[in-house]
Amino acid sequence: MPTVSLTVNGKAVTADVDPRTLLVQFLREHLRLTGTHVGCDTSQCGACVVHLDGKAVKSCTTLVLSINGSSVTTIEGLADANGPLHPMQEAFRQNHGLQCGYCTPGMIMAAVDMVNRKGNDLDDHTIRKELDGNLCRCTGYHNIVKSIAAGARAMAGGAGQQAAE
Amino acid sequence: MSATGIGASVRRKEDQRFITGKGHYTDDISRPGQAHAYFVRSPHAHATVRGIDTAAASAKPGVLAILTGAQLAADKIGNLICGWMIHSKDGSPMNMAPHPALAAGKVNHAGDAVAVVIAETLAQARDASEAVKVDYQVLPAVVDPAKAQAKGAPQIHEGAPNNTIYQWEIGDSAAAEAVFKSAKHVATVDLINNRLVPNALEPRAALAEYDDGADSLTLWNTSQNPHVARLVISAFVGMAPEHKLRVIAPDVGGGFGSKIFIYPEEVVCLWAARKVGRPVKWTADRSEAFLTDCHGRDHVTHAELALDDNGRITGMRVKTIANLGAYMSTFSSAVPTYLYATLLSGQYEIPMIHCAVDAVYTNTVPVDAYRGAGRPEATFVVERLIEVAARQLGLDPAELRRRNFVKTFPYQTVVASLYDAGDYNASMKKAMDIHDVKGFGKRRRVSARSGKLRGLGYSTYIEACGVAPSAVVGSLGAGVGLWESAEVRVNPAGTVEVLTGCHAHGQGHETTFAQLVSERLGIPIEQVSVVHGDTDKVQFGMGTYGSRSGAVGMSAIAKALDKVEAKAKKIAAHLLEAAEADIVFQDGKFTVAGTDKSLAFGEVALGAYVAHKFPTGEIEPGLKEGAFYDPTNFTFPAGCHICEIEIDQDTGRTEIVAWTAVDDFGVVINPMIVEGQVHGGIAQGVGQALLEGAVYDADGQLVSGSFMDYAMPHAENFPSIKVDTTVTKCPSNPLGIKGCGEAGAIAAPAAVINAITDAVGHENVTMPATAQVVWAAVRKAKAVRAAA
Repeated sequence: MPTVSLTVNGKAVTADVDPRTLLVQFLREHLRLTGTHVGCDTSQCGACVVHLDGKAVKSCTTLVLSINGSSVTTIEGLADANGPLHPMQEAFRQNHGLQCGYCTPGMIMAAVDMVNRKGNDLDDHTIRKELDGNLCRCTGYHNIVKSIAAGARAMAGGAGQQAAE
Repeated sequence: MSATGIGASVRRKEDQRFITGKGHYTDDISRPGQAHAYFVRSPHAHATVRGIDTAAASAKPGVLAILTGAQLAADKIGNLICGWMIHSKDGSPMNMAPHPALAAGKVNHAGDAVAVVIAETLAQARDASEAVKVDYQVLPAVVDPAKAQAKGAPQIHEGAPNNTIYQWEIGDSAAAEAVFKSAKHVATVDLINNRLVPNALEPRAALAEYDDGADSLTLWNTSQNPHVARLVISAFVGMAPEHKLRVIAPDVGGGFGSKIFIYPEEVVCLWAARKVGRPVKWTADRSEAFLTDCHGRDHVTHAELALDDNGRITGMRVKTIANLGAYMSTFSSAVPTYLYATLLSGQYEIPMIHCAVDAVYTNTVPVDAYRGAGRPEATFVVERLIEVAARQLGLDPAELRRRNFVKTFPYQTVVASLYDAGDYNASMKKAMDIHDVKGFGKRRRVSARSGKLRGLGYSTYIEACGVAPSAVVGSLGAGVGLWESAEVRVNPAGTVEVLTGCHAHGQGHETTFAQLVSERLGIPIEQVSVVHGDTDKVQFGMGTYGSRSGAVGMSAIAKALDKVEAKAKKIAAHLLEAAEADIVFQDGKFTVAGTDKSLAFGEVALGAYVAHKFPTGEIEPGLKEGAFYDPTNFTFPAGCHICEIEIDQDTGRTEIVAWTAVDDFGVVINPMIVEGQVHGGIAQGVGQALLEGAVYDADGQLVSGSFMDYAMPHAENFPSIKVDTTVTKCPSNPLGIKGCGEAGAIAAPAAVINAITDAVGHENVTMPATAQVVWAAVRKAKAVRAAA
């Protein structure tokens, strides 16, 4: 089996994998990082969003061998291990941006990426448009939109930029 | 109100694990040595299975076993059941056809499983499944419920002539006939309540493990009601006795009804785990979920409303065909009957109602409860009728509603429901004020100037929640009682664990239930934890659906807390050397009335366990109390939703521009969580009205079987929603709670369609009102106006 080497949440990992292994399977099954979820098989729902070299990707449609040598950040690595939550995580809690929690890791990772691309002052319309690749069945998106706007503002405070690295 | 008590928007205790990726959903759990299951499913909607050849597949790498329906039957694994008996109007029982967990001899819907491959890895199981050769003889299929009973239609089950499950009715058809004969005005609607796919974001999953030393089985699964799953899998399927079967429903990623039911896959995983001697895991992929999760709605309805010259309703007649799919799912029979027709009085005084429901089999995925379950269908009928009648009579739709609202409580409807409390006009008035209905005419003119059509639609809905008084549902055919249980365990240092038979899959029980305890015992919310979802930890309970956890589940907790307080007072009396009657418990302190002698709750808890200072012959040591609470009535949340839309006439695109919801949920424990429930419900209702539809072709293939084909609501489909409440306390439970989980999904479809028909000036707008549907309606309305 071929070998893949990655940096995941700041730690170097190397493993032999079946060539058809997807990034999400590698994270969940090899590394037991089960915070990244799978909600569909057509790349629509966004529950599997992680950051690949600082940019959001859907890990369900990324072959792990195709990203050899890259750096991956998952929801588990968004905040420092013993530090405070990332401002976007905190914003989701404060604004009740989650119910069942299943879409949440993907939403938060997509939201941080949105801020990295679009800045800290995000209006309702922009957020809703940018969430095209993420589905939530619980919240009706109302409080997710609120969370992202608040998280974006909080990220301007300086914390949380590490997620883009 | 304390910062963490009843009425406070406490931030959720469960969020920490979800926002950090530390939740434990079923697929996150792995057991040593686990194997993987992959199901071989029928590509045909209706076919005879002439044979299954597993030889080539069995030789594939990693395959441990390939199991079929014949082996399932040989091992005497029982069928899945529908747990609610409905009798037809002629007194005959419903025709419940056999539902084996793996089909044997015949498949009845595309996706029906015929075999399962168990292999070392999921990829190996999947690879091998492609080598399983199934010899199908394809039969003609029937998918349209309106055609299922037709002469010559393909017959699905032997014991169900004309594919008819039951022909049920409520009310007096002759008396209704008389009312309609003498009616001054009759409004008529023909409606299709479109079939929906629940699509909780977490796909269903099951992980089963057999312990041969203890001869016991454990099942982790995505269930809204693990005890009910255990009961059915034990008592009906016969997998193992209840005390040898542990069911754990850990974190569950949304349910909306679809995870209430007992499904074939969890039965097969349990059976396979014992047969193979390895833990067996199965997780649905989304395509599989579309083909196997129970769908919702799917009614074809003709309804009429009779009114007098003053706009007072004199009667209603409804005829519905309900599609239950290929098999009767766990609670399917109750949805189009007792959860539907009993709500047809809406918020109105209606002296005569007759409703007839035919439930039919089709070659489609089984249909069962989906958020609202019967009540959205009823509300859609009632609220469309009212709207059509108002336009026919030339009355303001709000005024017609106001004239017919139930105004005095309790109110006994003619369809069995006893409304206990409400103020329907208050909700509508508040919603109209917030929405600025007065300014609508001006907004409509502004839209018109840019060539757009603007419409405003009301939905003054009612629902029955808090399911349900056990004796009542028993008399209606339910196989179970619908009480709820709780145990409050006070630990020696004063922390508290609450064990509940309810199950949270997004509702936030770990917070709201703890708020009740914090308020009642006067202890910090951090000192309370809520335990649920494990049959080995929690006493028997009925799970979460039908907005029952607040009204029924929390009432059970309140009852247990009463007992804890009573016992703690006795113990406090001994510790304080005072008479029990003199002990006052307030703000977490036991005080001897009129003195400054007091003990904190934690001190009394410790005293209870140390047991040094009271006679243990009279008072048992320890502080732990349980309660079962059986509700005295359903609860009746109600409210008014107003939807305002704008239509682009050239494209038919409908945009929701404003939404106001004013709901009466009785006493609210956590406003933040309640608002979230309303938002989510509205999104699902809007999804039904504008976007979603499970579409089958004539051969029974699900055409909209993925997120690429089935239009799930996205963030940009919604405006910001205004949510408010009015409160009439529910007199039917100790906390005054009515429930809020389904309101949005119940209210929304009618509000949207009433707004569209208002804008277009044409009543025949089907759901989902896609751009194509609305564009056609706009053109039709123009043609009618031109001809007039």
